[in-house]
Amino acid sequence: MLRLEKRPSPSQAWNYATPVLAVLLTMIAGGILFAILGKNPFEAIRLIFWDPLFSEQFGSYSRPQLLIKAGPLILIACGLAIGFRAGIWNIGAEGQYIVGALCAAAVALWFFPAESVLVFPLMIVAGALGGWAWAMIPAILKTRFNTNEILVSLLLVYVAEKLLAAAATGFLRNPDGAGFPGSRNINQYPSAANLELIPNTGLHWGGVAAFAAVLFTYVMLQRHILGFHVRLAGQAPRAARFAGVAPARLVLICLGLGGAFAGMAGMFEVAGPARLISIDFNAGYGFTAIIVAFLGRLHPVGIVLAGLLLALTYIGGELAQFMLSIPAAAIQVFQGMLLFFLLALDVLSNYRIRLALPGRTSEAK
Amino acid sequence: MDIGAINPVFLIASLMVAATPILLAALGELVVEKAGVLNLGVEGIMIMGAVTGFAAAVTTGNAWLGMLAAIGAGALLALVFAVLTQVLMANQVASGLALTLFGLGLSALVGQGFVGATPPRTEKLTFGPLTDLPVVGPILFNQDPLVYVSLALVAGIWWWLKSTRGGRILRAVGENHDSAHALGYKVRRVRILAILFGGACAGLGGAYLSLIRVPQWTEGMTTGAGWIALALVVFAAWRPGRALLGAYLFGGIMVLQLNLQAAGFRIPVEYLAMSPYIITILVLVLMSSNRGRTSLSAPGSLGRSFHAAG
Repeated sequence: MLRLEKRPSPSQAWNYATPVLAVLLTMIAGGILFAILGKNPFEAIRLIFWDPLFSEQFGSYSRPQLLIKAGPLILIACGLAIGFRAGIWNIGAEGQYIVGALCAAAVALWFFPAESVLVFPLMIVAGALGGWAWAMIPAILKTRFNTNEILVSLLLVYVAEKLLAAAATGFLRNPDGAGFPGSRNINQYPSAANLELIPNTGLHWGGVAAFAAVLFTYVMLQRHILGFHVRLAGQAPRAARFAGVAPARLVLICLGLGGAFAGMAGMFEVAGPARLISIDFNAGYGFTAIIVAFLGRLHPVGIVLAGLLLALTYIGGELAQFMLSIPAAAIQVFQGMLLFFLLALDVLSNYRIRLALPGRTSEAK
Repeated sequence: MDIGAINPVFLIASLMVAATPILLAALGELVVEKAGVLNLGVEGIMIMGAVTGFAAAVTTGNAWLGMLAAIGAGALLALVFAVLTQVLMANQVASGLALTLFGLGLSALVGQGFVGATPPRTEKLTFGPLTDLPVVGPILFNQDPLVYVSLALVAGIWWWLKSTRGGRILRAVGENHDSAHALGYKVRRVRILAILFGGACAGLGGAYLSLIRVPQWTEGMTTGAGWIALALVVFAAWRPGRALLGAYLFGGIMVLQLNLQAAGFRIPVEYLAMSPYIITILVLVLMSSNRGRTSLSAPGSLGRSFHAAG
C-alpha cells in the first residue's frame, strides 16, 4: 500500500516541477480528448502550443495576440494571488473586471467627443475604482457581518453580467447606433483609445500595467511588511493574530487590490481590444486568472509565465477551432484539466509517498 | 402592467418547480458539508448533470433514463473531487473551483449536438379527484414526480442524519474528524461517500433544469443555481427542513420576478433578473451577521482536510 507522509515543509524542487508536469499531463489528457473528438491529437497540440508562436503562416497574426491576452490575465492574477496567499478567496474577479470596464467606459462616454489628455488617466482611475468598489461589497460584508466572501464575490459576477447587459442595451447604448445594443466605439475616440504602443507587438497600456502589477506584487509580497503579514495570515492565522495582524484590515486590502487590478484590466480591454461595451464583452478572463494564479504558484514571476501559457491556449484554441474545427469549449475543458492536474500533483510537494509493506508498519492505527 | 394577471395558485405551483433543482443540489451539499467537506463544484456538477441527462433522454427517448444518467454523471464528477481532496489532500476551495470551471467547459462540449433538441416529456402525476380540488389540487396533487422525490429526500435526510447510526457517524466526522478517527470511524470513506451522494443530488438537480423546468439545453444554463444552492445550505443552518423553506422562498422570488417581467413591470428586465442573486446575498448577510449562531450550527471541521497522523 502507498502511504502519504506529511513533509515538515513543502518540497521546493517539487514546487517548481509540478506546474511543468501538470502542463505535460494536460497535453496528454488533452490529446486523448481531441482523439475522442476524432481529431489528430498531435496536430491539435501543435496548433495550440507551437504554431501561434513559430508558424510562418499564423505567427505574424498570433504573436501580438499573446501580449493582448496575457496582459489582463497577469494583471488580474497578481491581485488574486495576494488574496489567495492570505487565505482570502476572491473568486469574483470576473464581476470586478466588468464593473471596472463599465465605469471606465462611462467616463469616456461622458467626455465624448471632447479631446483631452486627461480622459485616459481618468478612465484608468475610474476602472480601478469601479473594480475596487465592487470588491468592497464582499470585503465589507465579510468584515462587518462575517459573510462568506467566496459566495458573495461569485454571486456578484452574475449581478455584474446583468448590469453589463443593462448598460449595453440601456444607459451606455450608442445613441447613434440605430437601436442596436452596444456602446460607442471607444477605441475610435482618440483621447480614450488604448492603442498599441509598439506596432505589431500587441503591447498596449494594459501590458504595461500588468508589468507594473507584477513588480508591485513582487515588492509587496517579498520585501514589504504587508506581504509578510499576508503570508503569515495564510500559513498561520493564529500566529498572525498574536503578531498583531488585523484580519479585517487584511481582507479590505486584499480584496481591494484584487478588485482594483481586475477593474483596470477591464478598462484596458474596453478601450483597447474589445473596443466597446457589448453584451458579451467579458470573455472569462476573471475565471481563467484563477488558474493563472495557481499555476504560477501565487508568485509574481510564476504568474507571468502562467499568464503567457494560458494566453497561448486561448490563441491556439482559436487556431485549432479555425483549422480543425475543434469546438471552442474544448479549450475551456483543457484549462480546467490543467488546474485539476496541478492540484493533484501538489500532493508531491506537500507529502512524501512511502511504500508501506503490510506487517512492517510499526504504527498502530 | 397588470399585477392582477398573476394567479397566486399558479404562482405557488410553479415556484415549487423553480425551487426543486436548487433544493436537490442544496440537500446533497448539505450532507457533504455535514461530513465536513466544502464542495464548491456544485455549479459544475449541476451543469454536467443537465447536459448528460438531456443528451441521454434525447438519445434514448426516455426522460427517466436521462435522470439516471445525470445521477451517474454527477457522482462521477464528484468522484474526481473526492479523489483530489480526500486521497491527494488538495485544497477544497481550489478543487471545487476547478470542478466548476471544468464542468462548464465539458458540458458545452458534450452539449453541442443537442442545442435546440426537444427532450421527451415528463408527465405530471395526477391523484384522481384530489387533483381536481380547488387551490390545493394544482399545488399539492399535480406536480411532476421529482417534486415529490425532492420532498421525500428532505424528510429522508432529516431522519437519517438525526436518528440513524450512519447519520450520527457522518455528523461526528464533520464536527471533529480527529475525534471521529480516534473512535475508529473511517473519516475518509465516510467523506468520499458523502461527496458521491452530493454529486448525485446535484446531477439530478441539473437534469431537472434541462428536462423539466426549462426544458431545453443551452450553454451555461444553470446560471449560478449551484452557487445559490451553496448559499442555501448556509441559510438553512445545515438543517434539511430549513433548506426546503429557503428553496421555496427563493423559488418564489424567481417566479415572481419572471411574472413581473412578463407582466411588463416598468423596471428593465436586467434589473429584475438581478434580484435572485442580490436577495441571496442579503439572506447570507442576515444569516451570518449573528456570529454566535452560525459558528454553532456550522460543522466544526468544515473545509479542513484530514490526514491521519502516524
